[in-house]
Amino acid sequence: MNKNRDLTLKWVANISFVIIAFIVLFPIIGLLVSSFRPSSDLMRDGISLSIDFSKLNLDNYLYIFNEASQYWSWYGNSLMISALTIVLSLFFSSMVGYALAMYDFKGRNLFFVSVLLILMVPFEILMLPLYQLMVGAHLIDSYFAVILPLIVAPVAVFFFRQFALGLPKELMDAARIDGSTEYGIFFKIMLPLMGPSLAAMAILQGLASWNNFLWPLLVLRSNSMFTLPIGLATLLTPYGNNYDILIAGSVLTIIPIIILFIFFQRYFVAGLTSGGVKG
Amino acid sequence: MSSELQKGNTSPSLQKTSFKEPNKFLKFLNSKKVVPYIFVFPFIISFLVLTLYPAVRGIMMSFQSILPGQVKFIGLDNYSRVFNANFYKALSNTTIYVILTVLILTILPMVLAILLDSKYVKFKTFFRASLFIPALTSTIVGGMIFRLMFSGTESSVANQIVSFLGMEAVDWRYQAWSAMFLMVVLASWRWIGVNLLYFLAQLQNIPSELYEAADIDGASKLQKMRYVTIPHLKPIIIFVSTITIINGFRMFEESFVFWETSSPGNIGLTVVGYIYQQGIGQNDMGFGSAIGVVLMLIIFVISIIYLIATGTFKRGDE
Repeated sequence: MNKNRDLTLKWVANISFVIIAFIVLFPIIGLLVSSFRPSSDLMRDGISLSIDFSKLNLDNYLYIFNEASQYWSWYGNSLMISALTIVLSLFFSSMVGYALAMYDFKGRNLFFVSVLLILMVPFEILMLPLYQLMVGAHLIDSYFAVILPLIVAPVAVFFFRQFALGLPKELMDAARIDGSTEYGIFFKIMLPLMGPSLAAMAILQGLASWNNFLWPLLVLRSNSMFTLPIGLATLLTPYGNNYDILIAGSVLTIIPIIILFIFFQRYFVAGLTSGGVKG
Repeated sequence: MSSELQKGNTSPSLQKTSFKEPNKFLKFLNSKKVVPYIFVFPFIISFLVLTLYPAVRGIMMSFQSILPGQVKFIGLDNYSRVFNANFYKALSNTTIYVILTVLILTILPMVLAILLDSKYVKFKTFFRASLFIPALTSTIVGGMIFRLMFSGTESSVANQIVSFLGMEAVDWRYQAWSAMFLMVVLASWRWIGVNLLYFLAQLQNIPSELYEAADIDGASKLQKMRYVTIPHLKPIIIFVSTITIINGFRMFEESFVFWETSSPGNIGLTVVGYIYQQGIGQNDMGFGSAIGVVLMLIIFVISIIYLIATGTFKRGDE
């Protein structure tokens, strides 16, 4: 009896998970399949269940590769901005987090409380004054303006601090006896030990910057400076006839991320669940 | 000869002096008193310039009327303008959105995590990864997909399902209830997998002895859930719901992607959308800042009330 009940439960649970996974993945599959449909059909139907499979073709992709140069300038901007954000934010945030964890110094607790404070102040409150600041500094429409607020990321500082707390302090003393400088200790000994946390934060910062919307929307003005989300959003107008770029472009925006996710799942999970940041 | 001698004479002393000074300086830079401040320096600058300054400036601006080249203090005028019909509409939209997303994004991931953690489900890694994938998309791309799935035409997926169920096709983006539905569904779709992971991580931390002890006491499955699982999940329930509340009040993109900056009858207007509309669109920075300050206070008060009500501040909580 009990065995029978367990077996039924097993079937029910597994089948419901198959259904749930299908529902959750359906939008992605729908996007992928629809990207091979003629853009006129897409405009008429949206994403639809009735697909004329004989009409599927590569036209949207051929168009985007051959003629949509603006899409590729958005792609380049997004790549560049994400890469700069990852490098700079990892460099600065790891330094700060490490110092907060490893050194005793005056004001340390004050700094740490400030980190937590920034985590709690919503960016939306700061954005108008920050925008004015960028206008005043003539930084509007530059990579620098997009990147600046992300450089010292409080989530990353917090995460690195927590991680560094677990590192052996004896290593530092041993290195000091060997004549290493404090900077040498950080860059040559401790930073490599922080590898896993660096990978997690690289992914978090990279994804946050790749998908960032509100701030770039404020500070980017010209089409040639747009990032992917901003550029794609301009194609969402009701009058636009850009469904080819919109849909094939969206596929090309998320597929690289999904491929990275498959290879580095562990780090994605660690990064994205590190602080419930809005993305 | 003499020049060579001179060289030979001067170079050691030159070395001495040129090495001594930097040495002292380097030593100073390398002392344990100075090093931490150098490491923390980027944070100090960014805190002052990118957080403290804009926060103070934002509060100041909320008391000002800001026109190009003409800034003057106008007392509480901006605040008296804030509480108008549009703001109430934005606030009620945002509040409904917060309530719905908190319920969905706490309960659903928790139930799924408990099921996924049980011995009944196979392919755990695959299901976990599938539910996580939406978190990788941006709100813009995700929203674009949902716009196409829920487009008003009869041949969109959503309307095909609706008509299969024997109802009339819906113009999703142009009715109040379906507008809210779209925003909530988009957010839930993107965040469910992340919250699921929070719950899963905590479930794996529950010591199995507790379940064994419950078994010896003859506890039923439901009793084990009630007295072992749920109490252990409480910190995560509080964490996930707090974050969902705060992110909900900050919502902007989920609305922007469906209606850009103006929706019919403001059915998609949110508080942050209103800040954007007034501060950037109308260039009324003072008014925009006042809305921002009100929003910050609302978030602050609600978070505190919520955390007190859930007993987070109590020490020694079970």
